[in-house]
Amino acid sequence: MITSKADIIAQLQKEILPLQGFKTLSKNGGNDVGLGPIKNAFPNADFPLGAVHEFLSTSAEDATATTGFVSGILSSLMKKGGASIWIGASRTIFPPALKSFDIAPDKIIFIELKKEKEMLWAMEEALKCDGLAAVIGEIKELSFTDSRRLQLAVEQSHVTGFVLRNNPRSINTTACITRWNITSITSELANEMPGVGFPRWKVDLLKVRNGKPGSWQMEWVAGKFRHIPAISIVVPVQQKKTG
Amino acid sequence: MPKRFMSIWFRYLRTDRFVRRQPDLLSIPFVLSSPDHGRVVVTAVNVLAQQQGIDNGMAVADARAIIPSLKVFDDSPDLSIKLLTGIAEWCIRFSPVVAIDPPDGLLLDVTGCAHLWKGEKKYLEEIKKRFIHFGYDVRIAIADTIGSAWAIARFGQNNFIIKSGEQTTALLPLPPSCLRIDSVIVERLEKLGLRQISNFISMPRPSLRRRFGKELLQKLDKASGHEEETIIPVIPVEPYYERLPSLEPIVTATGIEIALQRLLDALCKRLAHEEKGIRGAIFKCYRIDGKMEKIEIGTNRPTCNTKHLFKLFEIKIDSIEPALGIELFTLDALKVEELPITQEELWKNHCGLDNINLSELLDRISGKIGAGKIHRYVPDEHYWPERSFKLALSIDEPLQTTWKMDRPRPLQLLSKPEAIDVTAPIPDYPPMNFRYKGKLHKIRKADGPERIQQEWWLQQGQHRDYYAVEDEEGHRYWLFRLGHYDAAKSYQWFIHGFFA
Repeated sequence: MITSKADIIAQLQKEILPLQGFKTLSKNGGNDVGLGPIKNAFPNADFPLGAVHEFLSTSAEDATATTGFVSGILSSLMKKGGASIWIGASRTIFPPALKSFDIAPDKIIFIELKKEKEMLWAMEEALKCDGLAAVIGEIKELSFTDSRRLQLAVEQSHVTGFVLRNNPRSINTTACITRWNITSITSELANEMPGVGFPRWKVDLLKVRNGKPGSWQMEWVAGKFRHIPAISIVVPVQQKKTG
Repeated sequence: MPKRFMSIWFRYLRTDRFVRRQPDLLSIPFVLSSPDHGRVVVTAVNVLAQQQGIDNGMAVADARAIIPSLKVFDDSPDLSIKLLTGIAEWCIRFSPVVAIDPPDGLLLDVTGCAHLWKGEKKYLEEIKKRFIHFGYDVRIAIADTIGSAWAIARFGQNNFIIKSGEQTTALLPLPPSCLRIDSVIVERLEKLGLRQISNFISMPRPSLRRRFGKELLQKLDKASGHEEETIIPVIPVEPYYERLPSLEPIVTATGIEIALQRLLDALCKRLAHEEKGIRGAIFKCYRIDGKMEKIEIGTNRPTCNTKHLFKLFEIKIDSIEPALGIELFTLDALKVEELPITQEELWKNHCGLDNINLSELLDRISGKIGAGKIHRYVPDEHYWPERSFKLALSIDEPLQTTWKMDRPRPLQLLSKPEAIDVTAPIPDYPPMNFRYKGKLHKIRKADGPERIQQEWWLQQGQHRDYYAVEDEEGHRYWLFRLGHYDAAKSYQWFIHGFFA
């Protein structure tokens, strides 16, 4: 009796998830974007595509770290040959550097807008367009109503949206499915070699609907995310394999 | 019913056109000229100059010797074709099938047209009168075949309307050059004393073919009607234009939308039929008070998708001021291009840059905000970071070169390098610490230097030595030193970007 009750609850939960914005887009398997252990934080261990994600940052350095992390996710979204749109106040991205994240920079269309209102309109229109792999918006202020509009736009089109908020005036409640905070941390090279290593970030998943927020350390190595165990003492033998 | 053809010969086509433009040229001799093999040659002569003995092909210097006050104008090679096409389109009022006959004639298929003017004589007179009124000197003939009409128009003496079936008789007294044959053959005929068609028309055909070739017989057959000849009629391009008058003046946005929708439907239906698409269109609203309101749109790709075009216009409908009401709407496709045939979608997931939805989205954004805000970047063959990429001119511009990824590059690049204070231990070593925006960063790890030379053929300046550094907090920066280390400290340190 108890097991059947648990089954019913699991079944109901499965039915509720799509209503809350979690969708499994690919029919076979999950929406794997190569995030490794982070995916366990999401319901069904699926990275939510066709939803809007919110990223917070406070400085130019952290904004770059966020961009790097988003580029990592974007690279697996764009693998299928899709194009994406990047909306921002002014282009600070250095297009050739995107290549090191396995993205063809010529497949990204940059839209530079000065007014927040225009940016939000363009982002909403872009999210409604089902021909895109992803839409990235560097939008500072996102009110609850705006975020709701963006969420409604993706419901039909299943485009994934990323809102990068650098230095927002206030951190308000939004209708975004997740909220992240990415900061860069000291890189390490194998065998204590000198020099700057691979990009390494502390990934904080502050909020996730129906999931388990958490904190991880991730590294971008050879076109893939690599999880670094919390205890930062890395076994040298393992490093040799990957490095 | 036998076919009837009309041939119109403009004796002074180009010079008449000059007189039409400048009426005072009527009373003075003038010629048109164009350079040929290093000298200037007369290409067209007016009546007065011709009377003095100036002819086509004469050098302008020789003509000036005959008439010192001769006026000379520049000729353009495609002038007569342009003129004839214009006149041919005008001639469609007389017959639906009009063809141009370069260099100086028109051909009309007038079968079944003449009775509308009460007979061929009146018909011919009417056309002639109209042309003379315009100032063109014309000779017109009507006959059963194109060849005979052509010959009579140019060489006929008094009777210009050849009755049905009599064209061969009419041709008999004419010289052989009336057959539109090569001048070499004409010369050979004249040499043999065959100065009239009647001299050789009854000769056995094999001997004519042997001596003068196939062409003479062919042209003779065409003129006498033994062989069919066709003409390629001029088809005027109908402008891509639709209009919609309204019974009651329209004042509401809904009314304007309905009008726009109807016009778009009509225009797009025609465009789709002709496999063409709109690149630019203008929607005009004529108000009762005589003023006109208009909105204009442009698209990235030719399209005849009504829904999409409507959306583009819809953004701008608010800007229309109906005032007392709009009584007439017009839609004009300013720029029309061939529509590439769209393949049925095989894979629904396909979502590259050539996606229709994407180009429609960009149309909407550029319609509302302006096309200058949308950018796409392609690689350029430069090592200098600011020049290593460039703006793509179009959404489907192919890559000329590949993106380089052999050296580490920062994800964010400052649009202008910012000066920083740096402590560096020894020359060509990475700095120990630097101060940026008032904050001291102690450098723990560093890579470099990577020297990038200034491209002297583009810009003068010093080279840059780039270092990728990481501070104690784990932030990664791209710094460079401009110029060499020296005692005078003429070098300067800059921060240029942030690594992820």
